[in-house]
Amino acid sequence: MSPDSPSSGGAITRDEVAHLARLARLAVTDDELGVFAGQLDVILGAVARVGEVAADDIPPTSHSVPLENVFRPDERRPSLTQEQALSGAPAAEGGRFRVPQILGEEQ
Amino acid sequence: MSAPTLVDFDDVVDRYDPMLGLEVHVELSTNTKMFCGCPTEFGAEPNTQVCPTCLGLPGSLPVVNRTAVESAIRIGLALNCDIAPWGRFARKNYFYPDMPKNFQTSQYDEPIAVNGHLDVTLEDGTVVRVEIERAHMEEDTGKSLHVGGATGRIHGAEYSLLDYNRAGVPLIEIVTKMIPDTGARAPEVARAYVTALRDLIRSLGVSDVRMDQGSMRCDVNLSLSPRGSGILGTRSETKNVNSLRSVERAVRYEMSRHAGVLDAGDKVVQETRHFQEDTASTRSGRIKETSEDYRYFPEPDLVPIAPSAEWVEELRGTLPELPWERRARIQREWGLSDAELRDLVNAEALDLVAATVDAGAPSGDARSWWVSYLSQQANTRGVVLDALPITPAQLARVIELVTSGELNNKLARQVVDGVLEGEGEPDEVVAKRGLAVVSDDGALIAAVDEALAAQPDVAEKIRGGKVAAAGAIVGAVMKATKGQADAKRVRELIIERCGA
Amino acid sequence: MNDDLTRLSAAELATRIHSREVSAVEAAQAHLDRIEAVDGDVHAFLHVGAQAALESATLVDESLAAGTAPASPLAGVPLALKDVLTTTDMPTTVGSRILEGWRPPYDATVTSRLRAAGITILGKTNMDEFAMGSSTEYSAYGPTHNPWALDRIPGGSGGGSAAALAAFEAPLAIGTDTGGSIRQPASMTGTVGVKPTYGGVSRYGLVACASSLDQAGPCARTVLDAALLHEIIGGHDPLDSTSIDAPVPAVVEAARRGAEGDLRGLRVGVVRELTGEGYQAGVQENFDAALRELEKLGAEVVEVSAPHFQYGLAAYYLILPSEVSSNLARFDAMRYGLRVDKGASAEEVMAATREAGFGPEVKRRIILGTYALSSGYYDAYYGQAQKVRTLISRDFAAAFEQADVLVSPTAPTTAFPIGDKVDDPLAMYLNDLATIPTNLAGTAAMSVPSGVAAEDGLPTGLQIMAPALGEAVMYRVGAAYEAARDAADGSAFATRAPELEVRA
Repeated sequence: MSPDSPSSGGAITRDEVAHLARLARLAVTDDELGVFAGQLDVILGAVARVGEVAADDIPPTSHSVPLENVFRPDERRPSLTQEQALSGAPAAEGGRFRVPQILGEEQ
Repeated sequence: MSAPTLVDFDDVVDRYDPMLGLEVHVELSTNTKMFCGCPTEFGAEPNTQVCPTCLGLPGSLPVVNRTAVESAIRIGLALNCDIAPWGRFARKNYFYPDMPKNFQTSQYDEPIAVNGHLDVTLEDGTVVRVEIERAHMEEDTGKSLHVGGATGRIHGAEYSLLDYNRAGVPLIEIVTKMIPDTGARAPEVARAYVTALRDLIRSLGVSDVRMDQGSMRCDVNLSLSPRGSGILGTRSETKNVNSLRSVERAVRYEMSRHAGVLDAGDKVVQETRHFQEDTASTRSGRIKETSEDYRYFPEPDLVPIAPSAEWVEELRGTLPELPWERRARIQREWGLSDAELRDLVNAEALDLVAATVDAGAPSGDARSWWVSYLSQQANTRGVVLDALPITPAQLARVIELVTSGELNNKLARQVVDGVLEGEGEPDEVVAKRGLAVVSDDGALIAAVDEALAAQPDVAEKIRGGKVAAAGAIVGAVMKATKGQADAKRVRELIIERCGA
Repeated sequence: MNDDLTRLSAAELATRIHSREVSAVEAAQAHLDRIEAVDGDVHAFLHVGAQAALESATLVDESLAAGTAPASPLAGVPLALKDVLTTTDMPTTVGSRILEGWRPPYDATVTSRLRAAGITILGKTNMDEFAMGSSTEYSAYGPTHNPWALDRIPGGSGGGSAAALAAFEAPLAIGTDTGGSIRQPASMTGTVGVKPTYGGVSRYGLVACASSLDQAGPCARTVLDAALLHEIIGGHDPLDSTSIDAPVPAVVEAARRGAEGDLRGLRVGVVRELTGEGYQAGVQENFDAALRELEKLGAEVVEVSAPHFQYGLAAYYLILPSEVSSNLARFDAMRYGLRVDKGASAEEVMAATREAGFGPEVKRRIILGTYALSSGYYDAYYGQAQKVRTLISRDFAAAFEQADVLVSPTAPTTAFPIGDKVDDPLAMYLNDLATIPTNLAGTAAMSVPSGVAAEDGLPTGLQIMAPALGEAVMYRVGAAYEAARDAADGSAFATRAPELEVRA
């Protein structure tokens, strides 16, 4: 385990919350940072209990139904009309969604 | 930012070993997208090939396209990969406006195909084996149009317009292992690999693999280590490399740039760079304030894919003749030397010649047309050979007209020009331009008699048995008929008229 | 007359509509009137689609008048739809500002099936924002009030659907259950709520909270009504990859059989870890009484142990936020929903919009999930939680070797006062202690009213849990218990709710 793993019980800091909020695109306020840091600390303390279970040999469950190989045939289904597609758009222009300038690069 | 110091390429390879890695994205030409039933065609009106799923509307869910999985497996098999018996999709989480869900559904640590290889032939015939690390399935993003600012580029734009028609189109990403020991040939190996991969995938019929339309895209990973040191250098990842020529140039540029950084005693920054077509250079992306953490986790909305051995074998049975097998067969059937075959391959003409032969033309004629006249035309127009607006079937028809004597070579070139100009099928061009060989003996005899009368001394020589002198008369007749006469028939008539 | 219609069970109302004793339009109008009269106090609905409801009911009446057989056993019966399922003719807000006024261009599969069955959709019900919460206080549009005591919460997240039933605003409702959001509100409002087997009801068009846990299900005032609705909304959907391609369990038949009151040959397992400490006295008393009732019906009551259930809450509050952080990333002001034009770039507008559009609980969970999935923490948190999930499934499998169904109190307490736990997330989370294991394992469970707690007069619920696709036996036990309970009380449970003040 890494030194900052939950079992070490390290508190979650305001800085960490600020970093997570940036990753999650949440422009949280200063007040919220403090409140969330406190609450998340309590919650993390509680959920860290999963670490008490000895589960090294246990396979993880990502899906609770034992399904595999669910496919659809390569057949077309009706698309939305352009009007429907744009119906909820905060702004549109020339059949496209209009968004503020994009700063980052494509990935 | 100041311009990077570039080290002369020969100097770079004297002192450094390049390590090359290539990531190629191929858009599949399935009827529908990866996870929904929307069409995948290129060039539709914006946002008309979208549905709740590929638009990422709340509540929508993905369902995997079976044909896309089969295509992925076939690509994996053609690349000599092992097909994973079980694997899940994962979500790659990051925010970007061209990605409707703000995560990309992709295979992360459980790709469908692993551990393959592709043998790549360089221009001089050297064969390099490129090891394939993995091939995995994922979905494409939408397209953004940047408005305002000088260049239509992202920098300086006032706002952007998004079209999600491409969002969700199936992509196969094929990743090589690091390709070592390429030395000065690194740029050439990179290009040859992408070319070989393109030909392979085209032969499978699963993608258009058109780099100019973005249905095949290449990222170049490159690092340098001091010659013979074996120390791995820091790599850069260059995106936006959108032609075969650019692949070669991107590798060359990055080698020179890395060497410049290392020579100055600096560290190469591990970063994503963008290839600039106009300057054949690469440019750094914006330095991010936070390091990327994609927070991958298994996609809960999709269940695992577990291809049975039977299914995989069935798909193996559907593999067509692969490019290298086909080349060997063609070389045998057409009786080509290694060099002749290589010329055809290097001219990107093999498929076109083969298709022309399939359409009924003799291989020698077909080869000659594509490698010489049409290659010149493509050069003049600045396009690749297969982008010329003439089909193998059309060329085969022209060749047929020559063989049957209805056209001579000069006229045939004019017919081909007409087809290239968009004047229609070869027969239409012949009719419209009036290019048929004059085969009416009456008209020819009149022309021959006129020419003989005009040059009585020559006529006398022929009558005297000097048949070789007929050439001058043939020339005159051809000139008089504006080249539309069959020269062989003209010669026969001359001899006949002179009673020689 | 109209008031009477709102008191009927869905089955009874359907019988009257299909025999043309009353019209579907009258049934719809009676419920619309009731909503008008009491929803000002209850606030079960975020949107009432009166006109569409009456039009839909008219079609049912016309079809019946033409001699056509009813489209389903519930054709013409009104229903309240949780505002988490998409509807083309009504907004879908998920209780969030970020989707205020959003009109989806498509219907959820559940919505389509309801329409095809001729069910009258009255409107969309209130919920905790994005189904995150256990009290409906986290709705961006104000809390729903418990019809049993208006100063109390109705449970959550599906408090609107449950309260609509308890307030006689609708005889049927649809809920969704990610960690108890159907069953816990059912318990708190004295109604019946069923969380089907994961994959039993299509999630297509269900705005996701946590994809691997979410499941839509029927809510009603009787077990039979829930069964009738279950058969309409259940079954395979090719648009949902996790949908099970198998026939819907015959739950209507099972409910009818159960009502005959014979549970001999069945073993009912009491989960040791889901009783005792932490459970309110009246909740425990009613649970014990229910066990005695089940024994009287002939069932054998055994004790089973599920040792890993104690880690369920912790695993759940890692898995859920992780999936939430990813599922809710799409709400970014680019394509639909709220846009707060603060800042010059797309990135800034995204962050400002998400800040303004999400409530505190949603933000907390997004941040928590972002943390749990981060590269340095993934194995210790998300990865470990998924292993615990496996262990909980194994506990269930072992328990179902010993018993046909498992039982527990649905919630540890009765409805608490509005405002009590709103700033104490962990205390709020404890509400779902008994319901969460079922979601983690993907199995089925339901809550059936088990009386009122002696100390506060508020409803309690009996949770009945069944294996995956084992709904039939669960409904059988639920219906048997319900019949015995009503017989003992001398009246249907729901009729014991206090009268609401009717406003003109």
